[in-house]
Amino acid sequence: MPLTSECLILSAILFGLGVVAFVFKRNLITIFMAIELMLNAVNLAFVAFSRVWGKMDGQVFVFFVIVVAAAEAAVGLAIIILIARNRQSLNVERVDFLKL
Amino acid sequence: MNAIVAEFPLLAVTLIKIVVLLFVVLTTLAYLTWFERKVVAHIQTRWGPYRVGPHGLLQPLADGLKFLFKEDPAPAGAERFVYYLAPFLAMTLALTTFAVIPFGPQDIRIFGQRTPLGITDLNIGLLILFAITSLGVYGVALAGWSSNSKYPLLGGLRSSAQMFSYELALTLSVVGVLLMAGSFSLREIIQAQQGRFWGVLPRWNIIAGPFPQIIGFFCYFVAAVAETNRAPFDLPEAESELVAGFHTEYASFKFAMFFMGEYANMITVSCLATIMFFGGWISPFPPAHAWAWTAFLPTALFAGLGLYLFFDGLRYETLLGRIVLPLLGAALCSLAVFFVLHPGANAFVQGPFWFLLKVFLFLFLYVWARGTLPRLRYDQLMAIGWKLLLPLSLANVLLTSLLLAWRQK
Amino acid sequence: MTVQNILFFVFAALVVAGAVSLILQRHPIHCALSLIVVMVSLAGLYLLLGAEFVAAVQIIVYAGAIMVLFVFVIMLLNAGEEERTNLSRLAHAAGVPLALALTAVLGVILTKAARLGGVKPLPPTPTHTLAMFLFRDYVFPFELTSFLILVAILGAVVLAQRER
Repeated sequence: MPLTSECLILSAILFGLGVVAFVFKRNLITIFMAIELMLNAVNLAFVAFSRVWGKMDGQVFVFFVIVVAAAEAAVGLAIIILIARNRQSLNVERVDFLKL
Repeated sequence: MNAIVAEFPLLAVTLIKIVVLLFVVLTTLAYLTWFERKVVAHIQTRWGPYRVGPHGLLQPLADGLKFLFKEDPAPAGAERFVYYLAPFLAMTLALTTFAVIPFGPQDIRIFGQRTPLGITDLNIGLLILFAITSLGVYGVALAGWSSNSKYPLLGGLRSSAQMFSYELALTLSVVGVLLMAGSFSLREIIQAQQGRFWGVLPRWNIIAGPFPQIIGFFCYFVAAVAETNRAPFDLPEAESELVAGFHTEYASFKFAMFFMGEYANMITVSCLATIMFFGGWISPFPPAHAWAWTAFLPTALFAGLGLYLFFDGLRYETLLGRIVLPLLGAALCSLAVFFVLHPGANAFVQGPFWFLLKVFLFLFLYVWARGTLPRLRYDQLMAIGWKLLLPLSLANVLLTSLLLAWRQK
Repeated sequence: MTVQNILFFVFAALVVAGAVSLILQRHPIHCALSLIVVMVSLAGLYLLLGAEFVAAVQIIVYAGAIMVLFVFVIMLLNAGEEERTNLSRLAHAAGVPLALALTAVLGVILTKAARLGGVKPLPPTPTHTLAMFLFRDYVFPFELTSFLILVAILGAVVLAQRER
């Protein structure tokens, strides 16, 4: 019996941990890594469901998620580099231009 | 022992194979350094190590002892955990790649269990090899950064940028081979190269199929030399350039681990080149009856080497050499006689012999390139990777797939 | 206690340990290393679930390229340890139970959805079938992602240029 239910619970736990990291960390790059963690949790859920239903669509979608995550990481890190240059800090609490 | 093996057959047999393979690989690494120093020295018309043991054969042992007993400083302010992790990562990843390499076609028996010659054979063996290679960038980048010093940082960044630039060309250059073999498994890639042209020429990938993979082999080998940070692409770690690049601040055993990782990568690349382009264990001579004498080529080689060592050793200068070398020669001669007397053993040793001979020739090519070619400047290096090898390997993929599709029509 | 169960628990423990370490570590390079551990362990889980090509792509692309990009940016920006946050204590106290609630809801929904049908077998040559899907049924998204990557490359190069 493949361990699909356990993998799905693990995926939910990973997603929760990603949300906690996203909310509580202050460094911009660490927050971005928390987003990648959430994407990985979703990938695990996709692969587990692909195993449950015996179809390959889940794995095709994981392929696309990985590619989109790569593109997003490249552009996001470029933006983070610009912010770090402009504000001389990677602390997300200093990036408060839109505050009233 | 038989009881343990009967209880957990797969696990016990695999562990035994891993231990034997690790022992063989680590000894080969040590003597590869000896081989490199001797060959580079002879290219430069000098002798290389010849004092430590006959013909310098104990030099790797002396180097190993030196590395173990040297002082082990760490730079102040270095990030402790990452500093110790980096060489461990480099060596572990380099040694893990030997798990998927097949060494011979026949199964062997270990304590009653039949098992293939090679630790395992995965469906996606080649992809796993590339995955482990792509993780090898971390060893270099983290080593450079954690040393808290400017030369290692620059050397580490340059070296890792070089590594993942050439990874693209490396991965694309083997796609032609994959298209022709139809599988990622290394055993199946070798088996797809069976058969002969006109009964004589072997159907190796470099001369076979709809499109001979010569461009693919060229791109693969150049990219692999750059990937393993070897000459002529070793600017980031050459002594006259950035001090010593990313491993400047590493001494004694940690430096030895980087060293071992680099040579293990060299051996892996040579094994892959023979498997993918030169037929792995497939002999260049056809198995027809008229060519049956070629089955005794390993015997002839061992006998020739043994006799040379015997007679040269008797005239050696030191007493130790006069004892050890003839003994080695006699051992090789008796091995040759053993193969003549046992045709079963002779048939078994054919596959691994041709595989190891081709790997040895590629390692010689590596060392030859190091002794002969000048170093490339960093911008020339990156230009070759992106502007020459990447378009060439893409063109190879395109041509191979076009010719394959046309042939299948 | 089959081998698969043991392997699953080992990989799952590594994944959770890596994710918790991502939250608890202060230096971004340690967080990056924890995330690499998470990704490699997830690749092991994919192998256990029978998705071999996806496992290899996860290591080659995610752990071997995207995370290298993260590590390079951390080195380039010389990111130091994190400072203390001045988030209110109420947010800290209310945040963790809410995240737990989210996790519980997700877990329940996912496992209920998985029980809807039985477990069906995967095709015998998963890589081959995946390739057929990718290049026949999903060829249009495939070509779109190549365009997306081109746009991302151009965007990253333009954004991260030096000041003229």
